[in-house]
Amino acid sequence: MSPETKPDFLISPEGLRVDGRRPDELRPVELKVGVLKQADGSASIRQGKTYIIAGVYGPRELHPRHLALNDRAYLRVVYRMATFSVPDRKRPAPSRREKEISMVIANALSPALFLEEFPRAVVDVFIQVIQADGGTRCASINAASLALADAGIPMRSLVPSVAVGKADGVLVVDLGDEEDKYGQGDVPMAILPPTEEITLLQQDGFFTRDELLEAMQMGINSCKYLHELQKEALKKAYVKKTPDGEEGDDDEDEFDDDLETDLGETDMMEDE
Amino acid sequence: MGDFSSQTISHIDREFIAELLGKGERLDGRAFNEYRDIQIEANVVPAKAEGSALVQLGDTSVVAGVKVLVGEPYPDSPDEGVIMVTAEMSPIASPLFELGPPKEDAIELARIVDRGVRESQMVDAKGLCIEEGKKVYMVFADVYPLEYDGNLIDASSIAVNVALLTTKFPEMKLEEKELVATGEIKSLPVTNIAVEHTVVKIGKHLILDPVLKEEFVQDCRLTMAIDEKDNFTALQKGGGTGAMSLGLIEEAMNMALDAGKIIREKIDESVKAIK
Repeated sequence: MSPETKPDFLISPEGLRVDGRRPDELRPVELKVGVLKQADGSASIRQGKTYIIAGVYGPRELHPRHLALNDRAYLRVVYRMATFSVPDRKRPAPSRREKEISMVIANALSPALFLEEFPRAVVDVFIQVIQADGGTRCASINAASLALADAGIPMRSLVPSVAVGKADGVLVVDLGDEEDKYGQGDVPMAILPPTEEITLLQQDGFFTRDELLEAMQMGINSCKYLHELQKEALKKAYVKKTPDGEEGDDDEDEFDDDLETDLGETDMMEDE
Repeated sequence: MGDFSSQTISHIDREFIAELLGKGERLDGRAFNEYRDIQIEANVVPAKAEGSALVQLGDTSVVAGVKVLVGEPYPDSPDEGVIMVTAEMSPIASPLFELGPPKEDAIELARIVDRGVRESQMVDAKGLCIEEGKKVYMVFADVYPLEYDGNLIDASSIAVNVALLTTKFPEMKLEEKELVATGEIKSLPVTNIAVEHTVVKIGKHLILDPVLKEEFVQDCRLTMAIDEKDNFTALQKGGGTGAMSLGLIEEAMNMALDAGKIIREKIDESVKAIK
């Protein structure tokens, strides 16, 4: 049901997109850490109308055992869409698309993880798409990497992700549903922010060499912005509140260090 | 955090729970006939689902969504629409749930919640007919648990009820064999509301709305669907091999009848809140 029609134009004469965004503007993003009590780590993301919850379990014993890896943990990602997350009811059984996306998400996340710390174990990442409105694999990576951090899995970095695409010939970031369906291409990507290395890269549609290079640079810029949002969301979940509601200090966070006088403890700590 | 890595509980916990019950107390301080705190939010999937609800029952939470499609009726009921409830135990919700095809417990959950809706004739199937023998509405309500701390059945039943009650979908008609939207937005033809209430037996005690630890030590559970007129429309005894006397069953029925009034009020409030 919920019939969807093709808009007359994807880029307006003023250079704005269907939903009024500039070409390099993301949809509103809301990230929350620690949304599920049973999971070892969890996070949710709302990006435009897309709504996804990620839960992490582990490292824990792997079943079935024959999947175990002797030198590192097995990162098992399961990306699932709710039947009601899309315009037509999705069949409940896992589709080929869901299986492929699960795999590319695992490939995007694993370079950031110290999986070699947990040989023969499994780290389970369960991703549930509640409402899909374009860019679900990228939003899933954004939420999943926060859930992994929340679970305390040792990581080199968070992994931000965004899709760059082409609508009416203009390169645009963070494709909405219409741009995804009626645009001329789509480049989902994810990066490791410290090195700007790319861990997820897919493409479909039509791009020239120069367009593709420009698209990837736009993607890297947007990923860096998303990385800031991810760090904010983590801090928000982990800064302890004092009883009078003010943010108290916490020995784990370094971001309010500038408020304190350094009495030399940091050096002493390093010596140990 | 996951407290349990397998479906076991220590003797200490088992005896502690039994001892508490003997004193008339429960792990979380509730009375035997009391539900945990319930939060209901309707319309959480506004852009894609025709109806939806997120229900938090203590630390158990589920999301339910409704899709309304058009399809062909079954040959034996040409003037009736189709309504179907499914549920799965997604492993995101608990360290106890495993990946893979649905197992007995997941199938039981889906079937119990489905019977609660179907047997109460909550939605008038004849009101879902577009053209007899040709096209009818097919209503799918699907439940996804997000956090499991006991009593998924009642949480799912509440979520499905709220999702169905808040469902809005475009009316369709057949015009020269083509399906066209009339432009009207319809609600489902709801004629009754039945909510499920689960009481578990531990020793000689009965408690409503068990948490996970209480489920671990239960002898059995009794789930009862009760409608607006206090009729019982579906029963299911499950969750173990324990037996129940007629006296205990009567007591459980009374607990469910009392709780039903409170839960139905909460459902009404959440439905009104989005109107």
